[in-house]
Amino acid sequence: MGLFILKRLGVMLLTALCLTFVVFFLTNLYPNLEKLAKTQGNARMTDAEVSSWLDNNGYGAPMLVRYGEWLGVVPGWTRTDEETGEIRGRCIDFGDDPAEAPRFCGMLQGDLGYSTVSDDEVSNIVGGRLLLTGKLMGWVLIVMIPSALVVGVLAGMREGSRLDRTLSTASIATTATPEYVSGVIFIVLLASSTAGLSPWLTENGWIEGRTLFLGSARSAMEDITFWNFTLPVMTLALYGMGYIARMTRASMAEVMTAQYIRTARLKGVKFRTIVLKHALRNALIAPFTVIMLQIPWLLTGVVIVETLFNYNGFGWTLVQAASNNDIELLMSVSIVAVIVVLATQLISDIGYVYLNPRIRIS
Amino acid sequence: MDPITWTGSLGPFLNPLMLAAIAVFVLGFFAQLVLNFAGVQPGEVQINPDHTLSVARSPNDYALMAMKYAVLLFLACVAVFIVGGIVQPSLEQKGIIGAMGQRFLPVWIAMILIFALSVTFKRRLGLYGKLFDSPIGMVGFFLVMFWMLTAIFAGLVATHGAIDVVSQMRNEVPGSFMPDPDEGEYLVYLLGGDNLGRDVFSRMVFGAREVLKIAPAATLFAFMVGITLGLPAGYFGGKLDTVLTFIANLVLAFPVILLFYLLVTPEIVASGIPTYMAAVLFLFPIIFFVILFNSRFFTQPFTRNIYIFLTVLIGGWLYLGLAWNSDPLGIISMPGNILIVFVSVVFVNSPTVFRIVRGIVLDIKTRDYVAAGQTRGEGPWYIMLWEILPNARGPLIVDFCLRIGYTTILLGTLGFFGLGVSPESPDWGSTINEGRRLLTIYPHPALPPAIALMTMVLGLNLLADGLREESLRD
Repeated sequence: MGLFILKRLGVMLLTALCLTFVVFFLTNLYPNLEKLAKTQGNARMTDAEVSSWLDNNGYGAPMLVRYGEWLGVVPGWTRTDEETGEIRGRCIDFGDDPAEAPRFCGMLQGDLGYSTVSDDEVSNIVGGRLLLTGKLMGWVLIVMIPSALVVGVLAGMREGSRLDRTLSTASIATTATPEYVSGVIFIVLLASSTAGLSPWLTENGWIEGRTLFLGSARSAMEDITFWNFTLPVMTLALYGMGYIARMTRASMAEVMTAQYIRTARLKGVKFRTIVLKHALRNALIAPFTVIMLQIPWLLTGVVIVETLFNYNGFGWTLVQAASNNDIELLMSVSIVAVIVVLATQLISDIGYVYLNPRIRIS
Repeated sequence: MDPITWTGSLGPFLNPLMLAAIAVFVLGFFAQLVLNFAGVQPGEVQINPDHTLSVARSPNDYALMAMKYAVLLFLACVAVFIVGGIVQPSLEQKGIIGAMGQRFLPVWIAMILIFALSVTFKRRLGLYGKLFDSPIGMVGFFLVMFWMLTAIFAGLVATHGAIDVVSQMRNEVPGSFMPDPDEGEYLVYLLGGDNLGRDVFSRMVFGAREVLKIAPAATLFAFMVGITLGLPAGYFGGKLDTVLTFIANLVLAFPVILLFYLLVTPEIVASGIPTYMAAVLFLFPIIFFVILFNSRFFTQPFTRNIYIFLTVLIGGWLYLGLAWNSDPLGIISMPGNILIVFVSVVFVNSPTVFRIVRGIVLDIKTRDYVAAGQTRGEGPWYIMLWEILPNARGPLIVDFCLRIGYTTILLGTLGFFGLGVSPESPDWGSTINEGRRLLTIYPHPALPPAIALMTMVLGLNLLADGLREESLRD
């Protein structure tokens, strides 16, 4: 088990290095740097001015060296201004004494860099945004996992029954409805003052405000309420739910055909007891893996939902960083995303081995 | 003039019927749910002593029957609306639903032909024919064919051009009349106008064409790449497998949305990376077909040479045109922004296909017929492409349907973020994105493309489900 985890960690590290390099490479391509120079300097720079600006700001070195600098294994660049004699460098903050600045400053030293668009340290930005998205994800998981498991177990306990067909078709329908479709439909149905249910409910005096739910989650950043947070959570949970439910159904249906279940039935154990005591524990091993692997998928959904509902979390930051080519912010965002993906993979592998007695004991 | 109503002259008769059908359906559903929880079982079939069968119907069965007939009544009403729309002369009488039904006339005719032919000859059509035994599969097939045919007949179905702007029609509600229509122009905006005054209905119809131009082709390319790499990885194993699996996992660990944001930008297009990626990815179909024919006709050099010559000639021509945009005849080309969308979608999809193919091959290569082939002295590529691949077709066809749906969702995501598509493009993702800004005030521009995308992906999923069920039945 220890060796297995070590091996997995090694592969993870290699994957993370490769992925961050790809992101670094794509964000640091010359056309992107040229755009950066023109937004930071002025828009009408000539080609020569652009390249001298890039040289002066440390973008002139070869790609691998700069990747090393960002990682913190190559000393940060320094540059002495020929006219004023002022020394500037990657690790020298504005106004600090160059002699005291550290030589290395990269990811490994905990320095995530500086966001050129928001004019702030990346670490200040990412932390708060992650917290917001954490809240969203937390609620989504709380809603999604129990309901998906219940639907899956109900559908899988009598395979081929009418209940199974109804629930399976419903799960297919939710997987066929991406967030940007269900979100739009929910807003029109439940959060529009001119269409859907809200005008009717207001007319009858059944709701206090003008709409049943709020179509924007901006106010949820300070204060989460049922009114402003239901729609984003529902939109996000619905798309992931169908897949987990189908996997749970398949696993449950397989367990229900096992020999020991038949034995229990022949002994005369009640169906309810069979499902809850005998089948459920074995049926939930496979969905655990699926749920863990679903979390990276939620990431794309988070980006869409946060954009649709104006919730300035991590996904929204990703969109902003990517569309403004804010290199160091984007790098940190992708590091977080890659870590989430790899960590969930690792947890799902370990969890599968741990939960499944057949593998754990052999 | 007032906008035309949704249901036209038939509305007063059919609307109450449809409402009743919905009410009965909902009531039946809840009644059945309550009865189930109360422990009332559906009636069971009994065998009588005289060998006849009889069913003792329980209240549960009556609830289900009511639901069934409610659905049938609802569908009948919709059909009457459509027929009414085709038969009645004026727009006010047709109503919006009827008028739309009339515009879709070419689609209905083609659909009836396809279904009639398929159901008649279903026993001779293999897996495709079996699809018509499963109701879910038929519904899925209907939805997919509906959008396919709409894409084909888009020019006949649409009432206006996709980018025709009439500024007075900005945000007008569905069924609004045009201010001063030209001779022969369609008189109303059936589903209203969007925030620039374009016809929402026509944009939805042309959007189907945009989506179906890319999604199936991109999925096919992803399958070519996945199959060409997955077969040897699963069959030979070893170092090749380790390296390819690592690369596949690498791509899969990349958050899709981040990859799109990095790849699908004008700066990346300027740097030429999409062309290089296309150059690599588009090579795989040619490699696939060359190996396919080479392994099949290895013992007949003359036939083999003809096949390979034709593949390289046609494939190379398409390859030059699509990937490098340097078709010597100047017929085939792909605009830069479409190319990058196409390439990224193929790139994101192929690792998953690779993993599926590899898994199937690992399973199938232990079968006896593979061992028999090896003993006969068949080459590894012949075994892979002509022994293993045909036997893996079931899961692959099912996944192909699912994956087209998934690709459609991805394309919608790209459009939703405005990546890679021109701002005027009528594809569903970008229309949803445009419509969402004024969503709470004017819901009508965003809803039609959203529902279109949903029904099409749902159709593909149901089709895949039906195919899976029927292929498991053999």
